[in-house]
Amino acid sequence: MTATTLDLSTSTLREVNGTLHAATDGSFTITHPRGAHALAAGIDAPIDVEIDGPVGYYCAGMHKTGTVLVKGNASTGLAENIMSGTVRITGNAMMSAGATGCGGLLVIEGNAGARCGISMKGVDIVVGGNVGHMSAFMGQAGNLVVLGDAAEDLGDSLYEVDIFVRGSVASLGSDCVEKEMRPEHVDTLTRLLAAAEMDADPADFTRYGSARELYNFHVDDIDAELAAGGAS
Amino acid sequence: MTDQPWNLRESYTYDRNVIAEIRRAANTGIYRIRGWGAKRELPTLDDLVFLGASMSRYPLEGYREACGTDVTIGADTSENPVQLDIPITIAGMSFGSLSANAKEALGRGASAVGTSTTTGDGGMTPEERGHSTKLVYQYLPSRYGMNPDDLRKADAIEVVVGQGAKPGGGGMLMGQKITERVAEMRTLPEGIDQRSACRHPDWTGPDDLEIKIIELREITGHRVPVYVKVGAARPYYDTALAVKAGADAVVVDGMQGGTAATQDVFIEHVGIPTIAAIPEAVRALQDLDVHRGSVKLIAAGGIRSGADVGKALALGADAVSIGTAALIAIGDNDPKYEADYNALGTSAGYWEDFQAGNDPAGITTQDPELSARLDPVIGGRRLANYLKVLSVEAQTIARACGKSHVHNLEPEDLAALTVEAAAMAKVPIAGTSWIPGQG
Repeated sequence: MTATTLDLSTSTLREVNGTLHAATDGSFTITHPRGAHALAAGIDAPIDVEIDGPVGYYCAGMHKTGTVLVKGNASTGLAENIMSGTVRITGNAMMSAGATGCGGLLVIEGNAGARCGISMKGVDIVVGGNVGHMSAFMGQAGNLVVLGDAAEDLGDSLYEVDIFVRGSVASLGSDCVEKEMRPEHVDTLTRLLAAAEMDADPADFTRYGSARELYNFHVDDIDAELAAGGAS
Repeated sequence: MTDQPWNLRESYTYDRNVIAEIRRAANTGIYRIRGWGAKRELPTLDDLVFLGASMSRYPLEGYREACGTDVTIGADTSENPVQLDIPITIAGMSFGSLSANAKEALGRGASAVGTSTTTGDGGMTPEERGHSTKLVYQYLPSRYGMNPDDLRKADAIEVVVGQGAKPGGGGMLMGQKITERVAEMRTLPEGIDQRSACRHPDWTGPDDLEIKIIELREITGHRVPVYVKVGAARPYYDTALAVKAGADAVVVDGMQGGTAATQDVFIEHVGIPTIAAIPEAVRALQDLDVHRGSVKLIAAGGIRSGADVGKALALGADAVSIGTAALIAIGDNDPKYEADYNALGTSAGYWEDFQAGNDPAGITTQDPELSARLDPVIGGRRLANYLKVLSVEAQTIARACGKSHVHNLEPEDLAALTVEAAAMAKVPIAGTSWIPGQG
């Protein structure tokens, strides 16, 4: 099927997004994006979108189904709150890529900036290069795969996200610890690498996750201990 | 203290509340977490009075002459602006902090009188959408339950930057309220003590927020207005920046604003009172030439009566928002549960442990048996009645000041009873023309 071309040098953002929102199927190529913000945000149909060039903030934000391929770099919040479907970028993504994502797959072939996968809620993120500081901060569910290195405070205040890093980790954040790589984790990683079309050996990765020490407040009760005849 | 012998003198610095808190902290090693709002004495709208018409002003007949109460938000930007019949809205309160029956009651009550209710930190439930004719969807730092389907079902979007009870802080939901349904909606493990993020994950300042609002408008097809809510701390700058970011309405929540759960030290010591926040927010809107125009101001925090509504509007707000008062209207702190309150070591009128999940009134709980105590139909009727009273009281005062719409109330209709209130509200001390700081 021939892709429909949407030229941002002659159309407005509203016109381009409106066309994508009205579509129920088909393929679209967006030309001359020139760093436009909120491009291809809110896609709600099984369409394929290719963006030829760099995009601004929140490209493919709240993506729900279909695929978005960015041939270039992306600014803040790429595929933020992605629900399902696939978003792929050939270049680098700035901070907060995949933030709060609830499902689907985000593939970053280059590097990701700070807070990649912040507050992620089920999305799978595969990064071909490095991730910046505080990646997966407060992550709740899903998987973050990093083929390169991770910067400081990886996985700070983590809930139930699995983080797989092939390279070095500058430091782990609060309550994030190295964990055993069991067979089910190898299976997950193998599946994600294949889905992302990344060539890497799962055996080279280390898994990190939550120590679960921050899940509940630690409340002392000296009076109750004394009443029970204990305490010292 | 009148209940003690006359020779006993309680310390002002270390009164019994202070001593109890020191002892509690020493026993548990954790800060006090509670619900409700600030309990200490603060400058309030009670420190203002209206200057009703007499010889120099001409009143309207109370029951015969029209006095409008409608508010429209987002007319310049949205295909479907929010049109409120009364200038009183229901503030954001989450399913999770509140029971499903409580959320339904709020929706029913608000809808009955043509105003809006608001989701909270936990997403939108089908029950509240179904029972709310005008539902504002909060877009919070945590993004719990956030999804584009619900976003598109909303009648407005409220980007929450802060809350009056805790400007600069995030929400809390204690483990006893993280039930299976709440945990699933928020993608959290059951039973954890949830501490929500205090800042948004994908934007960090007003320039970013401007782009975020563009994204939200794109995803929703520019159909609904976008509000920005801030806790009152620096309302002049926060309001100006919210306008710059493209907000259709700015919600300014003073420190009397309530919460389902946060640190007591936050509730009592962070933020500024509502009476001080409104005039500064209005000044920002006036400086940007949008006051009473394209950007609306919604004031919140300790609004309890039609007098409060009228005073907030006279200071320049376009509408108000209520939370704690709405919960009281549907049954919070009901004396009929006095025995249950006593069993929890408290009393009706004092209950503030919204975080605990054992609310005798069945409002701030996820316990099925307690939740069943609140009939959402009856609760909705009570709220509708209360909202009617607030609206009619505000109209009554507006007419007495000679106004054919509550928005025609103005600072000139007010006088202050204290120097502090005069300075904060920027209206003269009663019987004088003196406004502190203005010569």
